[in-house]
Amino acid sequence: MIGELGQLALILATLLAIAQTVFPLIGAWLNNNAYMQVGHSAAYGQFVFVAIAFALLTWAFITQDFSISYVANNSNLHLPMLYRFSAVWGAHEGSLLFWVLILSLWTILVAITSARKNSVLPKEFSARVLAVLGFISLGFLLFVVFTSNPFTRILPAPMDGADLNPLLQDPGLIIHPPMLYMGYVGFAVAFAFAIAALIGGKMDRDWVRWSRPWTQLAWAFLTFGIALGSWWAYYELGWGGWWFWDPVENASFMPWIAGTALLHAQAVTEKRGAFIGWTLLLSITAFSLSLLGTFLVRSGVLTSVHAFASDPTRGVYILAFLGVVIGGSLVLYALRAPKMTRGGGFSWFSRETLILINNLILIVAMAMVLLGTLYPLIADAFGLGKISVGPPYFGLMFGLLMIPLVLIMPLGAYGRWKQDKLSRVSRQLLLPLLISAAIAGLSAWFIDNANLRTIAGVFAGSWLIFGSLAYAIQRSMKQRRKWLPAGEVAMVIAHIGVGIFLIGVSMVETTSIEKHIPMSPGDSFQLAEYKFEFTGSEHIEGPNYSADRGTFIVTKNGQAVTTLYPEKRSYRRGQVMTEAALDPGLTRDLYVSLGDQIDAENQRWAVRIYKKPFIRWIWLGTLFMTFGALVGMTDRRFRRKNTDKAVSA
Amino acid sequence: MHNKQLIYLIILLSGLLALTALAAPPLKFDSPEQELRFNSLVAELRCLVCQNQNLADSDAELAQDLRRVILQQMQAGHSNRQIKQFLVERYGEFILYRPPLEKSTLLLWLGPLVLLLTGAIAVGMGISKRTKQFYDERGSK
Amino acid sequence: MKALLPLFIFLIIAGLLAVGLKNADQKSLIPSPLINKPAPEFSLPLLGQPEVRVSKSDLLGTTYLLNIWASWCAACRVEHPFLNQLAESKVLPIYGLNWKDQNNEAIAWLQALGNPYELILYDFEGNTAIDFGVYGAPENFIVDYNGQIRYKHVGVLNQQIFETEVVPILITIKAERDAQ
Repeated sequence: MIGELGQLALILATLLAIAQTVFPLIGAWLNNNAYMQVGHSAAYGQFVFVAIAFALLTWAFITQDFSISYVANNSNLHLPMLYRFSAVWGAHEGSLLFWVLILSLWTILVAITSARKNSVLPKEFSARVLAVLGFISLGFLLFVVFTSNPFTRILPAPMDGADLNPLLQDPGLIIHPPMLYMGYVGFAVAFAFAIAALIGGKMDRDWVRWSRPWTQLAWAFLTFGIALGSWWAYYELGWGGWWFWDPVENASFMPWIAGTALLHAQAVTEKRGAFIGWTLLLSITAFSLSLLGTFLVRSGVLTSVHAFASDPTRGVYILAFLGVVIGGSLVLYALRAPKMTRGGGFSWFSRETLILINNLILIVAMAMVLLGTLYPLIADAFGLGKISVGPPYFGLMFGLLMIPLVLIMPLGAYGRWKQDKLSRVSRQLLLPLLISAAIAGLSAWFIDNANLRTIAGVFAGSWLIFGSLAYAIQRSMKQRRKWLPAGEVAMVIAHIGVGIFLIGVSMVETTSIEKHIPMSPGDSFQLAEYKFEFTGSEHIEGPNYSADRGTFIVTKNGQAVTTLYPEKRSYRRGQVMTEAALDPGLTRDLYVSLGDQIDAENQRWAVRIYKKPFIRWIWLGTLFMTFGALVGMTDRRFRRKNTDKAVSA
Repeated sequence: MHNKQLIYLIILLSGLLALTALAAPPLKFDSPEQELRFNSLVAELRCLVCQNQNLADSDAELAQDLRRVILQQMQAGHSNRQIKQFLVERYGEFILYRPPLEKSTLLLWLGPLVLLLTGAIAVGMGISKRTKQFYDERGSK
Repeated sequence: MKALLPLFIFLIIAGLLAVGLKNADQKSLIPSPLINKPAPEFSLPLLGQPEVRVSKSDLLGTTYLLNIWASWCAACRVEHPFLNQLAESKVLPIYGLNWKDQNNEAIAWLQALGNPYELILYDFEGNTAIDFGVYGAPENFIVDYNGQIRYKHVGVLNQQIFETEVVPILITIKAERDAQ
């Protein structure tokens, strides 16, 4: 029954998606209220049916209904209850249904806020936004129903299922995909606003102001989602890395970079009415990259550890859909471009200029990641051979591009709109500059095996933190108000986050220590100031795996620090997984993972031990960025109808 | 079709796993400098069995063999360049995570630079127009 | 014109993706740089006969199939019946390279499943396998009478692949030889 009900719910949702696309568009065209209103009702209805389908699939996992092929492939009788929930989106079909659910969730959020009496959105505008969202949803629903149906039956039903990929059997993986999808898919709202503005032909700064809080919310989710993924990879993959420039990571990072550029461009367009075309393009780009990411992950075009379920035939459909959505938007853009207004002028040294440079660098960085990700494909297509583009390329190029960006960031915060003086800004920033230099100098002194890159990273990070702090302090003193506008607080918090992140990255990348050593029970090893004593390993049984668990007692100058229990697990399906054990700390993580057993009788193991200084700062920084964006979207001016009063000095 | 792929994948995976049956002890280095050089070299090489892991991080048997051979070559006095050459002759350029700068990778290495310069020129021209507009607007007030 | 630029960029990328999609099936296959090059030099003991060493030059003069296998390799088990069948048909000699395996386990495996090999090189260290650019068993090479590698197949070899890919190469090799 569940399978059939699920099918039915999906088909009804598809029909409603059609209604949501067609009626509001006609309504906005004819200025017919009743037609426009259909968009709202259809959006709610669609959400209900997609949610029902999703709930039914979840129910099938909970009750272990192996007559549904998707459940049979991704679950088994021994799968713990917690992972039966995350298994729902653990593979291709379910993750696409999840994609649709999240899109539907964003859609009803837009529908609810735009239906409120005090909504800032004009009726025609919100009707068009819902139509665009409906169209995207329609594309994905058709994809789910016809090529990736999670409710397909297998007959006869197997007694037991296979298993959920053990890599995915981790608490971190329960919240990582939802957050990531909220971000990814959330850019659909900014996209829909841009397309609605293009369709309506009224491309002023109003739509940008309406779209800003939505963009910030999506960006916050995406930032948080990416950070969760990085944290998960760090402790789950067992070799202590936090970012691999893997194609699938890049697929989520590219929309992030474009989204970051968009956030900044929106500020210029909203405040000064300039770069309207550019902001429109970035709105389209950010979401296009989300779609591209879906394509890359789901089509199997690129080799990746993450491509758990991929199928080239499905890629054809997504590519066609990509062509319609992105190609269509860009044609629309080209048609409307002559109508766009130019906006106000500004002097060569002004916040506008600095944001323009920011956008240039971010877009080049995004293009670089895209180029590097697709290059093996390009080389293959043109017969240049099979090549790999990996972390050494991305790390180097990205690092080089970020240097100028980081240096101008505090200037951007200080710089006034329209016109400013370099001399004034430099005078204000002299103190933060001196503080950062002093901290960098001290770090050279105090940090073990610090090199030039460490010191440069610490300097740049401090420069961002203290530059932003100084701005906040000086502004609030001048304002003589209790609080700065939320938008400015947001910027300060997010920029401080980037500083914290930067310090974390430079410390981890340049001063980590790692050792691969064989250890037998009773052996101990001194890593920097920590002594790791291996007391032995024991065999344990988990719900759907068996494991060897090692015990490591960590001491520092004879004082107990912690005891770590890394595991080597064998799952029922046959995969072997390394479960690292770690002791987190603000200034360092200690990390132990079991490699192979060298000698079973003597319990001799190949062991990897790491000390990762300041690695927590990487995720702490991203939390600041996330929080900053959330603060930003609460700004009061986003809820005002009239633009002119919102323009600040 | 789909099922067949799945079965094949399982076979493949179980084959790879069995590789761990014969574990080799970790490598012994002559000096800390050698260890550093070794670590940074293997981090730039791709593990071919697992395809999205570098040689340093991989536990696969082949990765262990390659690490051993690389260390032997280092101890025999071979340069990083020679060692990479050795591997490329056997496994192709696919094994290098940092593609060498040559005709086929010109676009990869120089593309971003060209884009940055073109973009900078476009942005510079835009700014100078806006600056002129700014002073015109101010003058007319 | 300027307004059309984004569309053009997108079309280029979409075109690349379409090409990539066409090639997606073979994405994990890494072409060997050794095709049409001399096979690497080796000198290895035979499986079960450590006192007999065989080198590349000993095998010159015949075109043979070199099959990389091991008893720990599950996919080799899938492949094995085909190798037995191929050995019976006597199309060409099959030489084995037993890769990183335990002597006794490898021999027990052959006793259980049959031995299609005319001789089996025993590569415990895996150095010869590295010279051949092996990255996963099973792998199959066609080495011609001159000691040149003419073909490589990664993964299980079966009747269909043998007929469509290997046989044409064997015919070419034979024609070359006859021409001399």
